[in-house]
Amino acid sequence: MEKILEVQNIEKYYGNKSNITKAIDNISFNVTKGEFVGIMGASGSGKTTLLNCISTIDKVTCGHIIVGNEDITKLRGNKLNKFRREELGFIFQDFNLLDTLTCYENIAIALTIQKINPKEIDKRVNEIAEKLEIKEILNKYPYQVSGGQKQRVASCRAIITNPKIILADEPTGALDSKSARQLLENFEYLNQKLKATILMVTHDAFTASYANRILFIKDGKIFNEIIKGNDTRKQFFEKIIEVQTLLGGDLNNVI
Amino acid sequence: MGKTQISRIILIETILMGIISLIIGLIIGIFASQFMSILVAKLFEVNMTEYKFVFSKAACIKTCIYFAIMYILVLIFNTMTISRYKLINLLNANKKNEKIRIRKPIIAILIFILGVGILSYAYYIVTKKANTLRTSGDMLKPILMGIIGTIAIFWSLSGFIITTSQKIKNTYLKGTNMFVLRQINNKINTTVASMSIICIMLFMTITILSSSLSLRESMQKDLIEMTPVDINLEKVITTSETYTDSHGNIHQNKNNQTSNTTLTETLINNGLDIKVLKDIIEIPIYSTNNLTLETFLGDKFTEIDTKYPFLMYKNQEKIIKISDYNKIADLYKTKKYDLNENEYIILCDFDNMENIRNEVLKKGYKLQIAGKEYISKYDKCQTGFIEMSTSHTNTGIIIVPDNCNLTEEMKNKQFLAANYNAKTEEEKEQIEKIFTESDSNLIQNINEKEIVIDGMSKTTLIESSLGITTIIIFIAIYLGIIFLIASSAILALKQLTESSDNKQRYTILRKIGCDEKMINKALYQQIGIFFLMPLLLAIIHSIFGIQFALEILSGITKPQELIPSIIGTTIIIGIIYGAYFLTTYIGSKNIIKEE
Repeated sequence: MEKILEVQNIEKYYGNKSNITKAIDNISFNVTKGEFVGIMGASGSGKTTLLNCISTIDKVTCGHIIVGNEDITKLRGNKLNKFRREELGFIFQDFNLLDTLTCYENIAIALTIQKINPKEIDKRVNEIAEKLEIKEILNKYPYQVSGGQKQRVASCRAIITNPKIILADEPTGALDSKSARQLLENFEYLNQKLKATILMVTHDAFTASYANRILFIKDGKIFNEIIKGNDTRKQFFEKIIEVQTLLGGDLNNVI
Repeated sequence: MGKTQISRIILIETILMGIISLIIGLIIGIFASQFMSILVAKLFEVNMTEYKFVFSKAACIKTCIYFAIMYILVLIFNTMTISRYKLINLLNANKKNEKIRIRKPIIAILIFILGVGILSYAYYIVTKKANTLRTSGDMLKPILMGIIGTIAIFWSLSGFIITTSQKIKNTYLKGTNMFVLRQINNKINTTVASMSIICIMLFMTITILSSSLSLRESMQKDLIEMTPVDINLEKVITTSETYTDSHGNIHQNKNNQTSNTTLTETLINNGLDIKVLKDIIEIPIYSTNNLTLETFLGDKFTEIDTKYPFLMYKNQEKIIKISDYNKIADLYKTKKYDLNENEYIILCDFDNMENIRNEVLKKGYKLQIAGKEYISKYDKCQTGFIEMSTSHTNTGIIIVPDNCNLTEEMKNKQFLAANYNAKTEEEKEQIEKIFTESDSNLIQNINEKEIVIDGMSKTTLIESSLGITTIIIFIAIYLGIIFLIASSAILALKQLTESSDNKQRYTILRKIGCDEKMINKALYQQIGIFFLMPLLLAIIHSIFGIQFALEILSGITKPQELIPSIIGTTIIIGIIYGAYFLTTYIGSKNIIKEE
């Protein structure tokens, strides 16, 4: 399978000489095309830092991140923005929709900033909105729709540019369980039907159970990795819980 | 922490900020006012050889009082807002999505069209039908319409722009255009009132500045043109029992007035050393009861009387012989004329009167002067004057051939124009005193004999012209600039305070991959359009407003004289407004910058 994302021995330090915090301590993994990878870990484990480094919002201290054939740790300035604009799709916990724009425009703006032909934009927005069942709210403003709908609009915005990889940071974090389930089904649809590659950070076992493979991170290191394989989601969910217990329940720490 | 404690913190903070800014403002103000007075002196060519550092205690105290009043009001409002807030809203202030008031597109379009309609009609009234506006009540109508139209336009503008631009997908769905338009739309919706006020203030600035600058320009030009010699003197000579002086006062005729002695002789007889004057030209001015404004107007009289009921129709027309006039014209360096046997010319340069007379002249009526019929050489009034004045105020002089049968009885006045026989300014001042100071020998002698001599000197004319009008123009320019600064400051502050909201939006843009260049461009466009919109409408208003102002000031300014003052206004607005725009842009750019 084609490798979409290669993370090679990356490290990220915060602070100065006297007080160094290793947020990421030598992490390596690959994501192949069409995969749905979850990253789990407790608060402060470094999962968001990892995502920020991959999404080029943050810079690694050392190591390489290769997306497609490009080493993004070497990109600077406008090339970096172009890369972010064209090769990555983002979904954030707090949606990050522009409140002044309608849902339609929020999706379209991802394409307009790529200077895509307006006629095509219109076509593509309507297509994707239909697939994620938000066609009827396209002309509403974000404040007029529910949280789940907002996150689906954000998903549309992330997928519409046909990015190499979609990065989702706690996408269900601000949603109720029903909306969360609906959104995750959308993710499944994006992954299976539209062949989107998704990298999702979460601390919620249920959300993670929708992924094909899960990386567990603890103190900046990869602690464990489990693959769904042919398991049902229920079985996979139980596996996740097991690992989580292992992760958090270090007996030595308790005493 | 209780609400009262929060209020107290705000109170102390506000008072501290207030005191600091008041002190800094006063210090800057004291020095800026020095600069201002030099500027004003330069502007009106006032002699400023004795420069003094001026400190006005009264102004300082007033500043403090008004500042305090503003601060107390702000404090009251602040405390009220704080006490109304709920804790939960304060904590979630960031996350709260602003509700955007949207106007129904169709209503926006209708209101926009209505606004355009109202404005066009107001424009039509002040330009095409300007002459029907007589009282200030009449003028109130287009002004009110202008205000309503402006509000209607700003109320509906954003909705109108969004609706129409959405139809043009090619531009709307390009780069950050959509975002910029929505940003403006969002803001205009919530700032209809301030946008309208700013637009109207800018309109006043432009109109006031350009018309007063051009007024000043043309006044100074007129003044030079209309005061070609140092002095004019006039003596009424009549043989009848009473006579009327140039102010319309009726006097009992005393012996001395009846004497047919010339003005020069009268002056010499009353102790003037005639050597103080040079280039003396003295001419008689004739008039007769048979030739008044009413008789001149002929058939047109009733029509014009209904239109202008307050004209002095019984006033006798001034008649001068052509050779006499040419002597004066020679001295004044104005145009000389010649006439055939049965022709006459009317000299008139006071716009309103000129128009009335031209209507008559167009008809080609014959005019009865001293028992003979004359026709006008030209079909309109000619330029020229004999009495100096501060502007073009000659309401009419009839020039007739020398052989016209004007009798001695028809002689109404002796008119004299002369220069002072002086080389230096000091000598001129000395001579001026002979004619103006009440304790001069000449004036005492004349008063004793109760002879009435009217006079005008170049110096007094210039002084009187620079007096009242200077004040008016100064106030106008001052107000204009104050309005300009106030409106740009409001715009700038509004934009900057909203930048925290914008910051979030621009962060989102950055997150989805906009590069800094695109973001800066979007910000520039947003602020630019925000600044430009009230200015554009104000400019359109001014095009018509200035025309109307000129109409009212007719006779003083001509349209072509307006160009330099419009350029001047553009420069002033460009500098002040532009500076505020740039500051706002740079300030906002810093606010939305990523840490």
